[in-house]
Amino acid sequence: MKHRTFFWFFLPTGLAMFLFIALPIVSVVTQSVFAPHEAVLKTVENCTPLVGCTTETTIDQEATREIREAQPLGRFVGLDIYLDRGHLAIAELREAWNSAETWGDFWDRLFNLPLYRALAFTLTFTFIVTPMLIVVGLMIALAVNSLHRHLKGLMIFFSLLPMIVTPLIGSLILFWMVDSRGIIGSALVALAGDPNFSLKASTGLTWIMLIVYGIWHSAPFAFVVFYAGLQTLPKDQIEAAQIDGATRWQQIKYVVVPHLMPLVTFVALIQLMDNFRVFEPVVGFNASAHATSLSWIIFNDLGGETRQLSAASATSVLTIIGVAILLSPVLVRTWRDFKGK
Amino acid sequence: MASKAQRRPLGLNILIYGFVGLWFILAAFPFFWTLWGSFKVELDFFSIADWTNAITGERTQAAYDSAFTGAAYRGAWIQEEFWRNVINTFLVCFFVVLTSLTIGTLGGYALSRSGYRYTFWLLITALIFRAMPPITLVAGYLLPFFEWNVWGILPTTIIVLVAINQPFTLWMLHSFFQNIPKELDESAKVDGCTQFQAFRHVIVPVMWPGVITTGLFSFLLAYNDFAVTAMLLSESNRTMVPAIAAFLGTTYTEGNVMFAVAAVVSATAPLFVLVMFFQRQIVSGLTAGAVKG
Repeated sequence: MKHRTFFWFFLPTGLAMFLFIALPIVSVVTQSVFAPHEAVLKTVENCTPLVGCTTETTIDQEATREIREAQPLGRFVGLDIYLDRGHLAIAELREAWNSAETWGDFWDRLFNLPLYRALAFTLTFTFIVTPMLIVVGLMIALAVNSLHRHLKGLMIFFSLLPMIVTPLIGSLILFWMVDSRGIIGSALVALAGDPNFSLKASTGLTWIMLIVYGIWHSAPFAFVVFYAGLQTLPKDQIEAAQIDGATRWQQIKYVVVPHLMPLVTFVALIQLMDNFRVFEPVVGFNASAHATSLSWIIFNDLGGETRQLSAASATSVLTIIGVAILLSPVLVRTWRDFKGK
Repeated sequence: MASKAQRRPLGLNILIYGFVGLWFILAAFPFFWTLWGSFKVELDFFSIADWTNAITGERTQAAYDSAFTGAAYRGAWIQEEFWRNVINTFLVCFFVVLTSLTIGTLGGYALSRSGYRYTFWLLITALIFRAMPPITLVAGYLLPFFEWNVWGILPTTIIVLVAINQPFTLWMLHSFFQNIPKELDESAKVDGCTQFQAFRHVIVPVMWPGVITTGLFSFLLAYNDFAVTAMLLSESNRTMVPAIAAFLGTTYTEGNVMFAVAAVVSATAPLFVLVMFFQRQIVSGLTAGAVKG
């Protein structure tokens, strides 16, 4: 295809991505180094005869508006926003490092800082949910694959539901069930033998609840991909393994899993990216008191009356850096594939 | 006829059916439970006294003389005007799918037919864009949108969702087009067609399976989005998902939770139908990227 033709074909989609993805990134980076203008103060001296003079400091509304309109981005502060308490919190970190006596104490202080708290949950979520969903997905795929033909279709249909459902809605549906007055919640209360038992009350249980939701939501994806992979499994390899006297477990371990390995890598990479952006469950499970994620912090900063654009932008940039680190193995791999061609 | 070596022992069969049964309950039961509960009053669905009330509907019986009531749906759809959000959602989804498929097919086709090095870099850029959480971009939209006075309206959100959709659409359509033999449109060009005519008359008639699959995923992305729609739409233009989140925000007063339950069931129903009719396409779409590696 000629360059010219390619250009015209690609122009609409390229323009859409440039205007609404590339430029916003630039704009986010820019905003993260600017802070809103502080109000301009003016000092007025009131002199009353006999009483004397008093000075009064007031906000100069007009001048404030003027400077805000002249420079809508705010004032340049460099990396200050990145280093403040709401983000990397360098000062607090140093303070904690110097004064903490034990590791436990240091971690406690670290988790009181919003960004580190969110990072801890986001990383825990990503790196527990991703391997678990691969294992669960593989188990479902192996089990469903050995079912009768008619049952397979039905199982695939119902397995797709948790994945296809809107994340916020899926988490609400589960949240209402584990509510202490819901069906699972009351069963847990009966099991625990404590009428005040609630999954929402403790940080650990909240994390477990969110992680279970994450697996429930994403295991179907792994299942469908692995199930498709199982259909292409060469029969003669399995038969050869059987003739060699391999047990079922050995057949799975030495024939099936190696055959599915490229798919496992694929699912792992996609899910790492998707789990890192975990956000809706935190809202749906109303869990922000115990578990926050990076995306949730951005959403929280942007929402409400005071839209803290600078703070949200700085967290956005840090999140993008995190995604880039997670993505780097994929990029290296794709680059190698491309070089190989 | 399975050979003797392939026949499964009874114990293994029990294990397999047990596990499949357990997964079936985990995957399907929450939906049916919520559907059932949405026809009850709050005191039944969230029962303090006895969980079996949610099944028998004791309080619902007392309040409405019947074990089922549509009160939650009436409250959500009429009193809270959820129908507006439903219309907004379908407007957004329709235009997002239409636009992103139109520009996506052109771009994906071009990427699959051009052998130059820059197609690789464009695809890699798209992959990076695909990996970024959409919420990280929202901070970049707000200032300009306020400035130009386009914040809060549906067209802005549609364009943003189309753009966020493009990387995925491009990857998917690119791989579908690569499966269509190049000889098809090249022979058309030999016969004197321009590239666009070759695309229009030769490729378009055979591309529909891939386009429909991609369209399904564009639809799901637009339908399921919460972060972007919640941030970019004003209260009167909300789509379903941010509207449901707003139901929750307005205090857990009696009845209001049931409105949210009814709204949740209403929003799940179209997805249910979608999976029923397009199961095959969804499965093939999920595996398309994977099987090729």
